[in-house]
Amino acid sequence: MKRSLPVSLMLFGALFASACGDSRVHSQAVYMLVDTSGSYAKQVNKAAKVVNYLLATLNPGDSLAVAKVETRSFTEKDIVAKVTFDKRPSQSIEQKRAFKVKIDSFARDAHGSAYTDITGALIQGAEYLNETKAGNKTIVIFSDMQEELNKGTVRDFPIDLKGIRIVALNVSKLGTDNADPRLYLDRLARWEARVRKAGATDWVVVNDLENNMDSILNSR
Amino acid sequence: MIDRHSWLFWPDNAALSVLALAILVMLFLYAARKPMHGVIHSVCNLVTQSTRFISKWLFLSAENLRLRNQAVLLAHSQESAAAMIDREFERVGNIIRKDMQEFPALQRKLMEEVTRIEEDYRRCGEVPPPPPEWVGALESVSQLKSGGDIPRKLLEDINKSIQKIHDKTVAEYRRSYEERHKILKSMQPVWRSVDKLMVEMDKKMLTLHSNAKQIDDDMTKFAGMRAKDIKTEHALTVSAFVQLAISSLVMVIAMGGAFINYKLIALPMSEMVGASDYITNSLRTSDVAALVIILMEASMGLFLLESLRITQLFPKIASMDDRMRRRLMLASLIFLVILAGIESSLALMRDMLVADKSSLMRDLASTAPPVTDNWMSNIPMAGQMIMGFVLPFALAFVAIPLESVVHSLRTVIGVVLVQTMRGTGFVLRFTGVVFRRFARVLESAYDILIVIPLMVERWVLALRDSSTAKGQSKLGSAS
Repeated sequence: MKRSLPVSLMLFGALFASACGDSRVHSQAVYMLVDTSGSYAKQVNKAAKVVNYLLATLNPGDSLAVAKVETRSFTEKDIVAKVTFDKRPSQSIEQKRAFKVKIDSFARDAHGSAYTDITGALIQGAEYLNETKAGNKTIVIFSDMQEELNKGTVRDFPIDLKGIRIVALNVSKLGTDNADPRLYLDRLARWEARVRKAGATDWVVVNDLENNMDSILNSR
Repeated sequence: MIDRHSWLFWPDNAALSVLALAILVMLFLYAARKPMHGVIHSVCNLVTQSTRFISKWLFLSAENLRLRNQAVLLAHSQESAAAMIDREFERVGNIIRKDMQEFPALQRKLMEEVTRIEEDYRRCGEVPPPPPEWVGALESVSQLKSGGDIPRKLLEDINKSIQKIHDKTVAEYRRSYEERHKILKSMQPVWRSVDKLMVEMDKKMLTLHSNAKQIDDDMTKFAGMRAKDIKTEHALTVSAFVQLAISSLVMVIAMGGAFINYKLIALPMSEMVGASDYITNSLRTSDVAALVIILMEASMGLFLLESLRITQLFPKIASMDDRMRRRLMLASLIFLVILAGIESSLALMRDMLVADKSSLMRDLASTAPPVTDNWMSNIPMAGQMIMGFVLPFALAFVAIPLESVVHSLRTVIGVVLVQTMRGTGFVLRFTGVVFRRFARVLESAYDILIVIPLMVERWVLALRDSSTAKGQSKLGSAS
């Protein structure tokens, strides 16, 4: 009896510790990049709908951040809103409401930027996601994937996206793509090769936002 | 790579090679005939003996198991039957005690009624009319020898007085009859009362009779169990199967209830223990917590029924003294009520969470909230709360079928195990018999393969025998 009590306590403790320590492994973290450069800034309302979808789908304990892609995007200043939902459903619902208000305000006041620093935003996103220690990490890029860097911005170095899933959303065709579709296909292939080389677990392109929204998140 | 034709003696002539190989094989097989027959015989014998041994062991074990099952089944059934007989005796005892208490009053009442009836009966007996006294006087007058007016006058007077007496007697007689009719009329309710009392007594006697019959039946069963009667054992086994089927059905229904219960509290439990904690890859802590609450309710129900002596799964509770048992019953009931209250509030919380989530979804989809009537929209919430409160108590009764399952499952598993062992034993026995015959079949099949060398052997032997016979006959003739 004297021996069995500590053993039982240890077993219970181990079970408790395993139960508690396991929570982050099952959680999702999503970092959404919204391209606000040039004509693409007009599509911010579409991006807000995607954010709404993410808010509806993510569970308590998950993390979500929305950032804009601007001239130089490797900065926290570009993060529009970020949140790690509370474990309690009632609190997480309140957080989601507050998040929606921020996104609506962003969608109203969004203005176009001169350049598009997707790489910088990806590095910033990867940093944020790694900090969350979530089990499933996803970067959603709402952009035409046409990177344009201004003078002095250095992004031609290998980046680290280990364990992160990359989803390119609403990759619209540019005027030049229509003339030569190979440009569009090459652009996508180049990005895929780059993110896979950086260690991304998956590369998904979703253009049908009406019917294929489910592909954005990994099913748990 | 190995050449496919490497085994051919003459690769250019496959037929010849095959023939040569066949002859070689045949010669080899012929040479190995005796040892091969021995091997076949030994292997088959080994299989036969082993299967026979295992089969025998299985039959023996099955019989032992059957006896063990029988002992357990009879012991348990005897216990149940004794409890039933005990209960019946208690009922009879109660009836007799109650009736015996009432019996003196009933008897006194009956005796009073009977006495009244007797008195009334005596009172209403027919009173004969008074004897005619004037008859003697008439005789005296008729004996007077001298005639004249005196006798006539006398007779006239007598006639008058007779007439008077007659009228008086008739009147008296009628009055008396009237009185007797009245008495008889007053006896009617007394008779009815007696009849009612008799019916009452008859009813009680009938109840007693049916109880006595039940006791007789139970005693017959009990005697059968004591005598280890096969018929009784068979009936008990069938009863165990039926019990298991019925209890399992009830358990399935209870499990359905438990599932609904679980669904009611799983979501709000995440509000308490967190929605993102997992115990395993797919098992949430909140789900386990909800399950624990339900299991606790079932356990409290089990203890409650145990302390009420409805079930007897825990001998320790059954053997507790009444004071302690009552305390346990009260504690279980209080816990059960608390858990039911918790569940009811969780059901309310669930409704609020669902409503909140629906509202958020509407906000996200930018749709207008639906117009709802307050009174109508509150019905599901009230329903959930009531269900949350009632289901734990309903779940508490699962202890009854559980006990039945526990008791009958042992018998059923025992019977199935015995039958399986017997079946396996039979199959093994049959395999042994087959293998015993199979040895000869294999030997014959082996001989077919070397039929040509065997024919040669027979021919050589026959030739040798005939030459030996000829030599002997020559020697005989020479001598």
